[in-house]
Amino acid sequence: MRFVDEFQNPILARKLLDEIAEMATVPMSFMEFCGGHTHAIMQFGIRQLLPSQVKLLSGPGCPVCVSSQADIDQAIALSNIPNVILTSFGDMIRVPGTTYTLQEASASGSDVRVVYSPLDAVQLAVENPGKEVIFLGVGFETTAPGVAASILEAARLGLNNYSVFSMHKYTPPAMKGILNGGEVRLSGVIGPGHVATIIGSDAWRFLPERHGMPVVVSGFESVDILLTVHELVHQVANGIATVENAYTRSVLPEGNLAALKIMNEVFEVSDADWRGFGVLPLSGMAIRAKYAHYDAKVRFSMPQVPSREPPGCRCGEVLRGIVEPPECPLFAKACTPDHPKGPCMVSDEGACSAYYLYGQSN
Amino acid sequence: MCLAVPSKIIEINNNRAKADFGGVHRTISVQLLPGVKVGDYVLVHTGFAIGKVDPEEARLTLKLVSKMGDLSPSRLLRSEQRSKE
Ligand code: SF4
Repeated sequence: MRFVDEFQNPILARKLLDEIAEMATVPMSFMEFCGGHTHAIMQFGIRQLLPSQVKLLSGPGCPVCVSSQADIDQAIALSNIPNVILTSFGDMIRVPGTTYTLQEASASGSDVRVVYSPLDAVQLAVENPGKEVIFLGVGFETTAPGVAASILEAARLGLNNYSVFSMHKYTPPAMKGILNGGEVRLSGVIGPGHVATIIGSDAWRFLPERHGMPVVVSGFESVDILLTVHELVHQVANGIATVENAYTRSVLPEGNLAALKIMNEVFEVSDADWRGFGVLPLSGMAIRAKYAHYDAKVRFSMPQVPSREPPGCRCGEVLRGIVEPPECPLFAKACTPDHPKGPCMVSDEGACSAYYLYGQSN
Repeated sequence: MCLAVPSKIIEINNNRAKADFGGVHRTISVQLLPGVKVGDYVLVHTGFAIGKVDPEEARLTLKLVSKMGDLSPSRLLRSEQRSKE
């Protein structure tokens, strides 16, 4: 069992779709929080397969996309410091800053390297004792524990040349931001499966308890997503709102306590600036003073650069679920995956890139 | 960035493990998942095992879906209900 083919079984998918169509007698809209879900939904053509009563909206669950323009610009500025090796996950290096991208910085002499794991960045620091290795920490609760582990590893090795620029964010505040903003009417939420692997399905209890809204934590194959929508439609049709877990093979109610412990050892809650939302209180992960030695924001005087979001880019509204990518005038014209104007077209989790890759109709 | 891929642990050495991704072997860290054993399936994200994949739960989910229409409106999705199955 590899947990992929079985969860793409077309007979099971058809069965779920038929039952969804039967239950969905009133209009309802659900937000898939996670950009990974947006890509899977577009790839499997699920938006088109669902009955017209059931609408799916993309959400803010793309860490690269929600990074503020100021953070992107600062990351690029860090790469210009002499003697620095700037390490990053692949997506980030193609995101347009106010004047250029990390990739362009690299072409004009900065040392920018794509790594698969933050531990690879630690290894680079070991191999280059005369250089400062900075890792761009981008990601939600799924990614932050590994980045925290890299800081603990650097401390264990006694490294003096490894630091992290933390842009890490917590996901529940963004969901609260959307609901409190009141710009979209939602009937329920498709909960992010891999975030929930870390924080647990219970972390989403505030949705039914405070907003009367069902949330179902979902896996990423077609049957997973349809099972999730099936459960959401069932709850809405019957006036129920609870947290359900449709990804029980990987998600526990309490999450991964060992990973949470490591994450909380290194990071503390701070305010954070989100593209599309502005500053959301208590939504960011700052490196604790105890590990200030590994905090790029402490180690380097952070250059303050005037930042401006790409003119005409509606990524912020896409992230809040109020605009679909094809509504952006630049979509598939001035902005394509080869020449992205905004981060929503760059990232593997961005809604604009999903719509571009898998078709634009909904 | 939250992409995580299932793989099977084939060797463990302290915090490091060798994992099989459908025939491709890769060294990963199991530091975030203490107690993991050879033969376990795990989800791997940025070089770290972040959670187990439970084959029995996978089987139960598939079974639930295949007979869903025969069920009463109570879903059996919740783990406490499922464990009674
Ligand atoms: S299509 Fe491009 S320019 Fe338009 S919102 Fe998406 S990323 Fe921004």
